This record gives sequence, C-alpha cells and structure tokens, in this order.
Amino acid sequence: MSKAMSRRADTQTIPVSFTLNGRLQELEVEPHELLLDVVRERLGLTGVKRSCDVQVCGACTLLVDGRPVSACTTLAFEVRDRSVLTIEGLAEDGKLHPLQEAFIEHGGFQCGFCTPGMILAAKALLDENSKPTEDELKHFMHGNLCRCTGYKKIIESIMAAAKKMRSAGH
Amino acid sequence: MLRRFRLEEPETVREVSELLARFGESAKVYAGGTELLLAMKEGLVQYERLINVKKLTGLNEVKLDNGTAHIGALCTHRQLETAPVLQQRLPALMKLEKNVANVRVRQVGTLGGNLCFAEPHADPGILLMALGAKMVAEKSSSKREITAEAFFVDAYETCLEADEMLTEIQVPVPKAKSGVAYLKFGYLERPSVGVAVALTLSDDGKSVGDIKIAVGCAGPAPKSVPESEAILKGKSTDEAVHRLAEAGEVAGRAARAISDLHGSQEYKEHIVGVLLKRAFQNAVSQC
Repeated sequence: MSKAMSRRADTQTIPVSFTLNGRLQELEVEPHELLLDVVRERLGLTGVKRSCDVQVCGACTLLVDGRPVSACTTLAFEVRDRSVLTIEGLAEDGKLHPLQEAFIEHGGFQCGFCTPGMILAAKALLDENSKPTEDELKHFMHGNLCRCTGYKKIIESIMAAAKKMRSAGH
Repeated sequence: MLRRFRLEEPETVREVSELLARFGESAKVYAGGTELLLAMKEGLVQYERLINVKKLTGLNEVKLDNGTAHIGALCTHRQLETAPVLQQRLPALMKLEKNVANVRVRQVGTLGGNLCFAEPHADPGILLMALGAKMVAEKSSSKREITAEAFFVDAYETCLEADEMLTEIQVPVPKAKSGVAYLKFGYLERPSVGVAVALTLSDDGKSVGDIKIAVGCAGPAPKSVPESEAILKGKSTDEAVHRLAEAGEVAGRAARAISDLHGSQEYKEHIVGVLLKRAFQNAVSQC
C-alpha cells in the first residue's frame, strides 16, 4: 500500500509527476482536488472550462495519454505518470494545429466556450480514425455540446481538418 | 466541490476487504469515479475515505474460457467496446458498451463500478441479466458467484456484503441458433427504458427455445420477466410474434415503472412493450 506524505496530521498529499503539454510537471495534490481546478487555478491554463460539471457537456475535455476525459470529474492524482494535453499545448512552434485552422476557416465556433473541448475531442477521434464517416464523427462527438453553432460548422471543420491531416501525412 | 477525503490505495482484494471491514460506511470503493464523484460533488453522499482499487492487477482483462467470457470488474467501457472477444462472441454487449454515456465516461468508467453503483438508469445490468451472467464477489476469506437477479436489490443497492468487492463478471457466450438484442429509449442523458432479449430457436428454426427477457431503467432496478418468457417459450416463431403484444404488456407491468422526469408510469410501460417487440424480432433475425 502506498503511503502518502502528510503535511499536517489531517492533510494527505500525493506527489504527482506528469507531463503537461510536453513538459514535466511535479506537484503535490490532495486526494479530493479535481484535475480541472489544478489545471485552471494552480497551473493557470484556462482553456479548459467548467460548465455542466457532470460529464455531459464536454467543455472540460482534456486528453490524458491521448484519450478524452472530463477534467471536472477526474481526480488530479489520477494523472500520475501520464501525459496531459490541453488546448494550450496543441499548436507547435507557434503554428496552429490543422484542427484549429479548420475551425477558424470554417467558422466552427461562435462564443468559443465549447471550442477547446471540441478540438481536443476531435483530435482524439482523428488520432484513432483518420477518415471518419459523418456518422462515426457524430457518435464520437455527441458528448461535446455546443449551444451556438447547431453543429453543422463544427462537423465541416473536423472533416476539413481530417482531409488536410491525411494529405499532410499527420 | 468535493469535500476532503482520504485516499487508500490497496493492491490486493484482501487489503480492499480489510479496509472495508475496518472503515465500514465511512469508506467507499472507487474505480472510474464516473458515478461516485458526481454524487459526492452534489453532496448526495459523503465518505471520509475512498479506496482506489485501480492498483489491483488482473481485474482489467477479458478472457474466453470454456464458453464463458470472464470480464474483469475494472474493465472500462472503452475496453469492452473494443474487446475482440466481445466483438466475436458477444456483439450485443459490445454494441451496448459502445453506446454507454459518452466517450469520456466510457474512457474511465468501469463495468464493475457501473454494476455496483446500481444507478437505475444504467444499461449493462439489464443485458447481463438476460444473458444469464454471474457476478463474482470476493472478500478476505471467501469468494461467491451471484446471479444478476440476486445482485440487484433496489435503486443504488446491491446484495454485496459490506466487506465484499465485485471482481469479475462471467457471461455465458450464446450458442448456435441464438440471438441477443438490447434496445434502449431515452431523450435525456440517461436511458429511460431498456429491454434485453436473449433467445435460442429450435433446431429446425421454427420455434422459440430458451428465452430470457430483462427490463430496466423504468423502475428501481433491472428485473427479469419470467411471465413474459413463459408466453413466448416453445411457441412457433409466428405464434410468438402474435403474442408479443401480450408479452410486452406483462413486461411493462413487471418493470415496476415509476413516473418521473423520464415519463409517466403508463408511458414507460408502453415503451417496454414496444422495445420488447422490436428486441424479440431483432434477436430472431440473428438466428
């Protein structure tokens, strides 16, 4: 059984070492701390949003080892020894990811609140299925809600990005 | 907001069982957390301690052995929707898993956690009941198999003892000339009604051999419906089709449907009948 370190008699802390957007992060968290709060409040990355808080809307989507999770309902200690990607880590060397470019080109967002989660979920989809059908896309993305666009532009954006990524050999 | 709790990270079933015995109702087993953490955030339940069971090894595999699929309780929905064994031998369960909640919930939520939390609006228990699945519960000193019918006691309540842990789900693989279907209906985040049918046809393919029917979501817990099974069993498939309306009515009444946000009792009873009809025909078409 692992023994967590104690700061005070009543406070349990867990050392967590993980990769955040490609960089090693080391911090101590309490068991009840949520990944969403740690990333937003302690690490200052506010692209990930709190919205429904019950794993329905997808605004808090982060990728952990490349797979989408709801940061609002993920305990922070769970990312021990894992790799976390937020929207802030998606562009490389100042160049936007094809999904980000496609959302801009095709008007895949209006207010933008759902967009970080949308783009990260779409990345997870395209990483496992580079040529999704529209039905496959809808099935994968149906847990990411948008109250502005009516989804059509989002689907167009992801399909366009998929095409671009395939031709670029991503 | 989550209130503070302490975390225990045992590595064996024995350690889990001992922690449960020691801390009683102030502690809870934690796996994927997709149900438990929501209830804790809402303040509906509070625990001083969570027992993270994900360090236990060997409980996240699917194996086929002697006609039975052995599913480790820590298998995530994601693992099950992509498991080759299920794809080949239990496609109805694979399809169900593919449609649980959303991709993020499936990524971390476990089948064992889903069953143990016994949220009434959950899919897997219903189909597992129709498939004749058994739950394996372990504690420090013993291990037992529990039928799905005995496992689900009431809303959010299973027959697990205070120091027991669900470790495996055993699902008999359907034999030749059989069909399995699970259908659900709902317009909210969770299913409002779920119906599962597992059946075999006679050797000549003309009559219904064994049939198991289970209903859920409409009422507090999944429930098998032997009264409906009796109406269809042994009948020619043509006659069975004619008696589906009757079997559906019986199943609707047996579902212990309650009126709530998902619909009135009468409405849910009606939907049970509709889904039973479709699930039966779907299952027959697979034979």
